[in-house]
Amino acid sequence: MDLAMQVEEQLVNAPPDSGLRRRTTWKYLRRNPKLVVGALMFLGLLAFSFLGPLFVNTDEAAPMSAMPVTAPSREYPFGTDDQGRNLLAVAVVGLPLTLQVGLIAGVVAILIGTILGLTAGYLGGWVDLLIRGICDILLTVPGLVVLITVAASIKGSISVQTMGLVVAALAWMWPARTIRSQVLSLRERAYIQMAKLSGMRTPEIIFREIMPNLLPFLAASFVGSVSAAILASIGLEALGLGPQSEPTLGMTIYWSITYNAVIRGLWWWIVMPIALIIILFLSLFLMSAGLDEIANPRLRKADA
Amino acid sequence: MSAPTGTATATEPTSRRLVHRVVSDEPMLTVEDLRVQFPTDRGDFNAVNGVSFTLNRGERFGLVGESGSGKSTTALAIMRMIKPPGRIISGRILLHRDGGTVDMATLSDEQMREMRLSAVSMIPQGSMNSLNPVRRVRDHFEDSILAHNEKATKGEIAERMKELLTMVGLPLSAGKLYPHELSGGMKQRVCIALSITLAPSVIIADEPTSALDVVVQRRVMETLGHVQDLIGASVLFVGHDMGLLAQFVDRVGVMYRGKLVEVDTIQNIFAAPRHPYTQMLISSLPTLTERGAFRKARSASDAATAANIAASTPGTSS
Amino acid sequence: MNLKYVVQRIGLFFVVVWGAATLNFFLPRLAPGDPVRSRLFAMMTQTGFQQSGVEEMVKAYQAKFGLDKPLWQQYLNYLWDTLHFDFGYSLSFFPNRALDLIMRALPWTIGLLTVTTILSFAIGTILGALIAWPRSPKILEWFLAPMLTLAAIPYYLLALILVYVFAFTLKWFPLSGGYQAGTLPQWSWGFVWDVIEHSILPALSIILAAIGSWAIGIRAMMVTTSGEDYMTFAEARGLKDKTIFSRYALRNAMLPQVTALALSLGHVVSGALIVEVVFTYPGVGSLLYNAIQTADYFIIYGVVFMVILTIALATLVVDLLYPLLDPRIRV
Repeated sequence: MDLAMQVEEQLVNAPPDSGLRRRTTWKYLRRNPKLVVGALMFLGLLAFSFLGPLFVNTDEAAPMSAMPVTAPSREYPFGTDDQGRNLLAVAVVGLPLTLQVGLIAGVVAILIGTILGLTAGYLGGWVDLLIRGICDILLTVPGLVVLITVAASIKGSISVQTMGLVVAALAWMWPARTIRSQVLSLRERAYIQMAKLSGMRTPEIIFREIMPNLLPFLAASFVGSVSAAILASIGLEALGLGPQSEPTLGMTIYWSITYNAVIRGLWWWIVMPIALIIILFLSLFLMSAGLDEIANPRLRKADA
Repeated sequence: MSAPTGTATATEPTSRRLVHRVVSDEPMLTVEDLRVQFPTDRGDFNAVNGVSFTLNRGERFGLVGESGSGKSTTALAIMRMIKPPGRIISGRILLHRDGGTVDMATLSDEQMREMRLSAVSMIPQGSMNSLNPVRRVRDHFEDSILAHNEKATKGEIAERMKELLTMVGLPLSAGKLYPHELSGGMKQRVCIALSITLAPSVIIADEPTSALDVVVQRRVMETLGHVQDLIGASVLFVGHDMGLLAQFVDRVGVMYRGKLVEVDTIQNIFAAPRHPYTQMLISSLPTLTERGAFRKARSASDAATAANIAASTPGTSS
Repeated sequence: MNLKYVVQRIGLFFVVVWGAATLNFFLPRLAPGDPVRSRLFAMMTQTGFQQSGVEEMVKAYQAKFGLDKPLWQQYLNYLWDTLHFDFGYSLSFFPNRALDLIMRALPWTIGLLTVTTILSFAIGTILGALIAWPRSPKILEWFLAPMLTLAAIPYYLLALILVYVFAFTLKWFPLSGGYQAGTLPQWSWGFVWDVIEHSILPALSIILAAIGSWAIGIRAMMVTTSGEDYMTFAEARGLKDKTIFSRYALRNAMLPQVTALALSLGHVVSGALIVEVVFTYPGVGSLLYNAIQTADYFIIYGVVFMVILTIALATLVVDLLYPLLDPRIRV
């Protein structure tokens, strides 16, 4: 306790441009490897997506562009699938599509979740009860299963964007819950009471005083939502409910299952999407865990 | 009651203490040149920087200072409960028992574990959270006793618990309650009962009444004093409330920035505080005589006081 | 136990189930037109498959859907039917009732899920707690990274990896199915062993992937718990490390963990369903998958409803058991 105060004193009293803040932040980042590693992995995947088209002909992600069922070779580093798709091209094209779904869903989920969480946490009373009720009910429902119902009911093919929205509809609950409990604990803090007493209006209090303190939680929730959204969308696609014409990662898995890649020993067909997905989830997971540590400083001690 | 500060007799707290407590000159616990270090980004920092004092048999010794002075760290160090990366880098913590003197700083982890509660015990801060929420009061006693005597029977444990609850003035029925069913004062008294389970020689009370309201505070302090007399222990009382301490302790050690800057009897401290920091502490107590006034300290002004404190305290950097 | 709490939880259960049923009712009606007839004919033209008795089927469904009656009446009929678990007939396996097909598959899924959930929760929690505890054997620290990785992998991906490595390549375990194709289910040791053999890989996929997330979860709780005052006081009382670990730290950290279990059942089930598909395990997952392929709507909705019902029930059970762990919720 004495020690923490000393360090904080240093930070607070440091002259503005002394570089002490930068150095302290850097030292902190060094001790939070999860966030850094996760972010680097994710950036790597992004680079793969954006720079990929420069090296690979993305047209080859369509069927009948290459010799079917060839193992990885110099010409086709990821091999080709049953219908003649160049799997490397598929990777380059499919990854951003998957990310897109995740991003849309993540953003929408966070928006809904934050608004509802803030409202419920700050206003309390029956508003809180209502929102919390809906939240808890929807949480009990297995999202994927409902999504299956929705996807099966919607005639025709779903577009990537639609899938994003559908997934978001069931992904907002966790952020809402997290934000709500944070707001509840912040609401009673002294500086909020001070703001109220000094006549700040409610929206102003929410935006100026509460939101900045929620940022770490928002960030952690956002990454979590994106991760859950991608998980859900891949799940749907793997079952065959995704956009049939787009070579997303989930659809690739679906085709590999449908065309019995396992029994035929076509390991490269399975490995490509799985490997990419694992790297993607791992990076998101690490970032989320790292952000959790920022939000909850007690977790930082664990690795010391 | 008309004389202002300075004259000890007029303002000294009158003796509410039980006169039959025996304070001897025999040392019970001797702390010698204790240093506790924590690594920080700016280099190693000594939270406790060469502290030495002696706690005598049956005595009540108060360790007072502001937040960050190192008093709680000292208490934790005596219990050998400093968590890494902090550590004790030098000093001796001598416990003088009938069988001989032992330096607790050199004991192994397991040996120290055995010492805790049996030789030296700690009463936690008056927080609401020192008892395990999922275990009943009697389970706490069971845990404490079994940890030091695996062969204790259920009957023995129940018997002992009965004795202890009586000592702190709690009904027997408190045993089957869960912590959340107890009031703040009751919880703290349970903590006191737990800490004297094995009749230790030294009881360390680390701000046991913070977070309690004033009326309950008095109850807890009385219980503590009563219990001490019953088992003949010595008490190291860590706190920052001089007023409270004045009612309770025999001698006071004033800590400032990791060092012990003044040690004296409670009467002398109030009568003639030497170190500027002590003077500041005392002068921040309200008087009983004048409305809205604080006790006047010996030194002239506050601006000079701060400088004085730094100057008089060897080894502190500013 | 607190009556209010029990009533609340049971109420929640019914609301969820009712909500699920309602969802199932409205979703198919999102699309315009007569879903049944157009679907059937579409199927026939696609596959060139002549289902005998098509017209009877269509008539049966018309009656069921009651498309000519007003909406609210349809809804009430629907609720009534659902209450009796009358989900209609399977489109692909007419005249089999959807309920029969579901009830044949459900025990497989429930068996798989119960065993895997209990095992992964227990192992994951204890392992994660030990990893978090500073005084555990050093070697456990090395488990953290694998746990993190496992937690990040979806169950079915792990399933694909396992089936490829252990079933296809190494041939240690069967590739698919719940039991040897062609044998009839019977209560004999041979059959039971056969079932177990076929269940190992699916179960392993779920267990390994789930252990990761439970371990990470309890680890975070243990860290939070270790900062509590009762931990300090326990140490000050000279309690043994084992006692503090089990009765003070883990026991308290488990409370939010159990809450998390109740909330994650939906996720666990979803993951398990896809694992079944990978292994062609004869549970509701495979049933659902096939139903999606053939647009066998009634099976889809029937399965979805039963799954939600089961999860809601399981959640209720966990919720009702929770007060046994946390005395603060009792009276």
